Amino acid sequence: MRQPTADRANVVQFDNVAVRYGRGPEILQDISFSLPAGSFHFLTGTSGAGKSTLLRLMYLGQRPARGRAALFGRDITTLRHYELPALRRRIGVVFQDFRLLDHLSALDNVALPLRVSGTRESDIRKFVPDLLTWVGLAEHLHARPPTLSGGQKQRVAIARAVIARPELLLADEPTGNVDDQIAMRLMYLFEELNKLGTTVVIATHNENLVSRLPHPQLHLEDGRLRTD
Amino acid sequence: MFARHSDLPLKNDASSRFVPMLVAPMVFLCAVALAGIFILHGLIGRWDRDVAGTLTVEIAAAPGEAQESAERTRASVEQAEQILNAFPGVTNAHALSQDQLVALLAPWLGNPDLLKELPLPALIDVTTNPDHPPDLSLLSEKLARAIPGASLDDHRVWLSRLISLSRSIEWLAIGIVLLITCVTSATVFFATRTGMSIHHEVIEVLHLIGAPDDYIARQFADRAFVLGLKGGVLGFAATVPVMAGIALSARHLQGGFLAELSVPLSGWAVIVLLPPLAALLAMITARLTVHRTLARLP
Repeated sequence: MRQPTADRANVVQFDNVAVRYGRGPEILQDISFSLPAGSFHFLTGTSGAGKSTLLRLMYLGQRPARGRAALFGRDITTLRHYELPALRRRIGVVFQDFRLLDHLSALDNVALPLRVSGTRESDIRKFVPDLLTWVGLAEHLHARPPTLSGGQKQRVAIARAVIARPELLLADEPTGNVDDQIAMRLMYLFEELNKLGTTVVIATHNENLVSRLPHPQLHLEDGRLRTD
Repeated sequence: MFARHSDLPLKNDASSRFVPMLVAPMVFLCAVALAGIFILHGLIGRWDRDVAGTLTVEIAAAPGEAQESAERTRASVEQAEQILNAFPGVTNAHALSQDQLVALLAPWLGNPDLLKELPLPALIDVTTNPDHPPDLSLLSEKLARAIPGASLDDHRVWLSRLISLSRSIEWLAIGIVLLITCVTSATVFFATRTGMSIHHEVIEVLHLIGAPDDYIARQFADRAFVLGLKGGVLGFAATVPVMAGIALSARHLQGGFLAELSVPLSGWAVIVLLPPLAALLAMITARLTVHRTLARLP
């Protein structure tokens, strides 16, 4: 049996990975690709092509039905349950539906990744307002998500994903609810993080955005991957 | 600027509000059962101490006319006293007077004057040396041979039956305490599972951003501790007047061997620990429940 290439230079390494729900058909088939550390990729494909499922595999929200998958050189198919949280904390995720906690303020939502990793409250109080101000939410630090617009929620979600300086950033349609100007500003944020060494994968069907930024694409069609 | 963080909104959780209302009666029942255990334990110990080192010899009234019967019975008693006082292990033997016998029987048979005319058996109160007790079978045989109608009662037979009954009740009470512990634990288990269902979206987010299972479990456990303590204090508060009422009622009882029905201080020391123990049980149950449930997530 072929072992996954545990190349430490590759943040993500998938070999013939497949995903299926229950006994249903395979949603993703024979997915093989690698993402070198510090790379920036767009994940494209039509709606229903499997972009969110592939991201879910990468943020450890699901395990493959077959194939071998490695993150940061660790084979995720054999990882023990207690080993997962530490690996997840190295990944930042912007969910398509934001998944903000409605009972917490924008500040507390963004502070979550720092709190779960045991960061000191004094540091949290310093970094979180700065980042929220940078994404244009200085006036909404204490606002709860239900009172924010779609674009504002999205920026809170992005701030939460990047606050802990993840090594791998996965974003599912991160610019779907913002205008072009904000979208470009957020993309520049992702690029800045990428320059600092974060590996970035942006799932999007915004062709305008993809064409304006010179990054390679992972293209999904009917559950199969085509790379540039 | 930041709210004191509890990532899960458990405080306003409807499912957890009923936990104190269920824990309170559990703690109350547990406290009553424990009080019963302590009271019974004390009674058994006291009965055992009271009868240890004592015997009773009964001499049946001799047949014949009243005068003759009384004289022959008195002679038998004197002979029995001599045998008893000479027997190794007996420290003292003395017969109860006619007045003492009548006083003992009066509550059941009434009219003391009438009792004096009845051919009553004689009773000899015997004190034995607890360190070197007499050979009871030999003593019984010797008495029966010398005095027809003499019988020896060392109280052990009825006492052992009473103690055996009390011990069974004690074990039953211990069983009730264990059952209450299980029911309380099950209550917290289902409340925690319900809470996890209500907040599954929040839990999933925390899980996916890398919160260790214990980070989530701790928040449920802290809440369960508070709710358990609240219920425990309520249950304990209900116990105190009930126990005081039982102790007060017992004082009015005439039966000497049931007079002390109050919980000893050592018992209260255990019962007062029930609220924090209930809180601890709730906390541990909640924590284990969350861990067990989260272990099933991918």
